[in-house]
Amino acid sequence: MSMLNIELPGLSLKNPIMPASGCFGFGREYSQFYDLSMLGAIMIKATTVEPRFGNPTPRVAETTAGMLNAIGLQNPGLEKVISEELPWLAQYDVPIIANVAGSLEEDYVTVAKRISQAPNVHALELNISCPNVKEGGMAFGTIPEVARVLTRRVKEVSAVPVYVKLSPNVTNIVEMAKAIEAGGADGITMINTLVGMRLDLKTGKPILANRTGGLSGPAIKPVALRMIYEVSQAVDLPVIGMGGISSAEDVIEFFYAGASAVAVGTANFVDPFVCPTIIEQLPALIAQLGFDHISECTGRSWKQHGQLAYHRA
Amino acid sequence: MIKKEVCKIISQKEIASDIYELTVEAEFVSEIKTPGQFVHIRVGNGWDLLLRRPISISSFDKTLNQFTMIYRKEGKGTSCLAEMVPGMELDILGPLGNGFPVEEAEIGDTALLVGGGIGVPPLYELSKQLRAKGVKVVHVLGFQTESAVFYEQEFGETGVTYVATVDGSYGTKGFVTDVIDSRDLSFDCIYSCGPTPMLRALEQRYAGKKMFLSLEERMGCGIGACFACVCKQADDPSGVSYKKVCSDGPVFRAGEVLI
Repeated sequence: MSMLNIELPGLSLKNPIMPASGCFGFGREYSQFYDLSMLGAIMIKATTVEPRFGNPTPRVAETTAGMLNAIGLQNPGLEKVISEELPWLAQYDVPIIANVAGSLEEDYVTVAKRISQAPNVHALELNISCPNVKEGGMAFGTIPEVARVLTRRVKEVSAVPVYVKLSPNVTNIVEMAKAIEAGGADGITMINTLVGMRLDLKTGKPILANRTGGLSGPAIKPVALRMIYEVSQAVDLPVIGMGGISSAEDVIEFFYAGASAVAVGTANFVDPFVCPTIIEQLPALIAQLGFDHISECTGRSWKQHGQLAYHRA
Repeated sequence: MIKKEVCKIISQKEIASDIYELTVEAEFVSEIKTPGQFVHIRVGNGWDLLLRRPISISSFDKTLNQFTMIYRKEGKGTSCLAEMVPGMELDILGPLGNGFPVEEAEIGDTALLVGGGIGVPPLYELSKQLRAKGVKVVHVLGFQTESAVFYEQEFGETGVTYVATVDGSYGTKGFVTDVIDSRDLSFDCIYSCGPTPMLRALEQRYAGKKMFLSLEERMGCGIGACFACVCKQADDPSGVSYKKVCSDGPVFRAGEVLI
């Protein structure tokens, strides 16, 4: 019997480990290292209506135990994702979570409507939290009412459950979570990157051409844990947690905080095998901690003794 | 095929001021296809120095399963790397990218190999392979100053080698282009690796010549997944067409991408 299977809206996961959007492209590069069917799901790179080139380079800068990125939602556009990337991914037995982005409300609606009809797309991840684009992106994710209305509009047209990816760049993340719950979201993914900056020692200027970028990696893990801890208690939606996960131990910590599944992002760049390694190591760790199933870990940081696990398959 | 391997350090020595030559043993040496490919090295076992460091392969030996890299000790990562000694192990991803096309130079041709600073190393394996094929090689190597000069003798074994230093402390004073002008060098094709302004100058001055340039860009994953190291295609300068330096390059035909 599996210790790792998880049922979430739209998603029957053989395990709760998936690569995070933007850190895995559309899977092609990582398919040379392992069978993508091993993964719980794949969150594909953000898709917009039209193709986007993204920001000028340099687009990345290392920080202590982390990195800044300002890619700028580079992607081949809706038509190519539907005609090339998703059919290619269909050879694998793995549900796809399509990350949907845009500059205007209409863009999100257009992408959501079309991409949610692809047979292997089992859920959408509404990207209202990208810090690296001038219009849209994070602007939708920092004003509760705007986020609620956008979630509602996307829910109306989506053929699959809608998860909303929250930005940590807000004063009150619980307020944001409640707003998208009121908008009809089926789940939450959190956290996106934190806005940060690095300066060049010789020139005194920002290293990134975009000046600022999104901070990711192990450095942001404590922030993600705190926010998931707060949000998972305040709303009645499952949380897919992310933010600096690089080991099986990190996964358990995210579950304790309140996550029902997790995504691994930056760690894929460091170790292309990080997802299969974590999947392999989890059962022994879960058993060692005294659990029969990983779902028993969800919300352990705040649940009272005897409360049942939330999403036991 | 790209492999992730724990590689044993065979040797490491400082061959010029802050310039290190590092040789490791790796099974994936058998997978190296062209000179100018690179590897992605994880420095240390912790997460403080998070990202891997891309370093070009300067030479390899398939019978010994060894390859050599030459890098400049500059930031935290390369400083940490420079501390390592033979017998220690490194987590390396490789071989990555597409290198210089040796087949583009015909037997009897003269190939001009132009290197700038830490862009010089990948030209060494290229030079050996071109020479072995029967191509005449001429090297023009540019450095900041005399103490930074390396591999002049090694390059000298495969072909005429000219050195330029910016401060004039060794060889010709000035840039690589000053050497090409003053020596009135003639050639059939150019292979180059070095700072972007140098590559740009070569591309402009020798437009129409057969030329291959190795680009450098800050990288994330090194395998084409993160879209950190993209550049625009020259035939679509304001559009969305792109190439990834890590997986489509790092070597491009001149005129293929905007540099």
